[in-house]
Amino acid sequence: MLRNFLIALVLASFGFIFYNLYNSYEPQTELTGIAAHYAENGASEVGAANLVTAVVVSYRSFDTLGEITILFLTAAIISFFLKLSKEDEERVIIHRGTSELLKTASQLLIPLMFLFGIYVFINGHLTPGGGFQGGAIIASAVVLAIMANPNMTINHNVIIWVESISGVSVVLIGVLGIVLGGGFLDSTLDGYGLGEFGTIFSAGTIPIIYSLVGLKVGAELSNILNMYQKSQKEV
Amino acid sequence: MNNEIIYSVIAIGIGSIMLIMAVIAILNNKLSVAIIAAGVVSLFASVLFLLMSAPDVAMTEAAIGSGLSTLIFFYVLNKIKRQNA
Amino acid sequence: METLELGKIGLLIGFLLVIVGFWGILQQKNIIKIIVSFTILNTGINLVMVALGYVKGHTAPIIDSSVSQLENHNVLNAIVDPVPQALVLTAIVIGFGVTALLLAYAMKLFKAKKSLEINDFNDLKW
Repeated sequence: MLRNFLIALVLASFGFIFYNLYNSYEPQTELTGIAAHYAENGASEVGAANLVTAVVVSYRSFDTLGEITILFLTAAIISFFLKLSKEDEERVIIHRGTSELLKTASQLLIPLMFLFGIYVFINGHLTPGGGFQGGAIIASAVVLAIMANPNMTINHNVIIWVESISGVSVVLIGVLGIVLGGGFLDSTLDGYGLGEFGTIFSAGTIPIIYSLVGLKVGAELSNILNMYQKSQKEV
Repeated sequence: MNNEIIYSVIAIGIGSIMLIMAVIAILNNKLSVAIIAAGVVSLFASVLFLLMSAPDVAMTEAAIGSGLSTLIFFYVLNKIKRQNA
Repeated sequence: METLELGKIGLLIGFLLVIVGFWGILQQKNIIKIIVSFTILNTGINLVMVALGYVKGHTAPIIDSSVSQLENHNVLNAIVDPVPQALVLTAIVIGFGVTALLLAYAMKLFKAKKSLEINDFNDLKW
């Protein structure tokens, strides 16, 4: 009884705060402040047509670096928690037979999904999308493969190598920004390589960094999902 | 100008579905129903992001929030059911 | 037509989802249900942030032919705020990581006690 009363009290105070915030909110009619700077100078300073990509990879790339670090830590901790013993590792998952439809369709769809994921992160600076979305699409392709054949083993070394090499390369390209550009993770490299606005080879190092981020995120998400799949072996 | 009002009406419809699904997710006693309802909330949120001109966020939410999250919930649910039996 | 504004609708739905999520976290006793409520809370907060960056009648923050061919190149009157969208983009991926971590903990807890009710985990209670 007291518990329900306290819950109601907490929710009512949250509701009060949110009501006041909602009432005092005035919709903006024009961009102001830092957003206006990004909107006006983003195309000439960074060269990316998609301003969200410009903010994620160039203006605030420290956020992205920290974010992929957090994702790496999460994947590591999950691997640690869901580690299987030797005899569990060799057990076979007993499952209902996979339908013929899923098996055949997955053979057709998996290469296309990989291709689409790669397309999404290579074109991250021109169209909606980028490393995180492309990585998630690649992870979905891996999930489809796992679902079609639950006892499939994914080579763990491949995932680890893809992940470490792309992670180290992002940092190395960031250091290259100190040498050639204005600072750590500066994508413009002092105006060289900005290219023609709106083409695929433009925007300095943004496409390279975002492709590496895409590979890293794809490998990490696949690793997490593979861990959950393997944990089904345990009785 | 007309488009804006149509979008708003669609947003109100989607929003009410999302709220109903959220309440179902919390009140329903079956775990599988709750997980599916939470996935539906994410899916409709991605449509709402698209209406609010955020295509990047919509893509991420549709792929990760409603796809992969729901999937790992079901992995855990399957394992718990298997260990319970 | 003051209330029929898309930004305000998104803000309202986001706030309501946050409250529903908090209610679930506080009221439920099953660990999986608490994690489900957490994902709803997460979605609500993301919705609030995107709605704050929305500007009425503006398009997505991508400078393509439809934006750059405007008269006197006034980008400020054409696109929405890109900064909250960039923040939400990373927040969604981190939210997935946190959910996966919570579920791994839940599996470990279930293995230890064969139960998901939080009232059964009273080892540190005195």
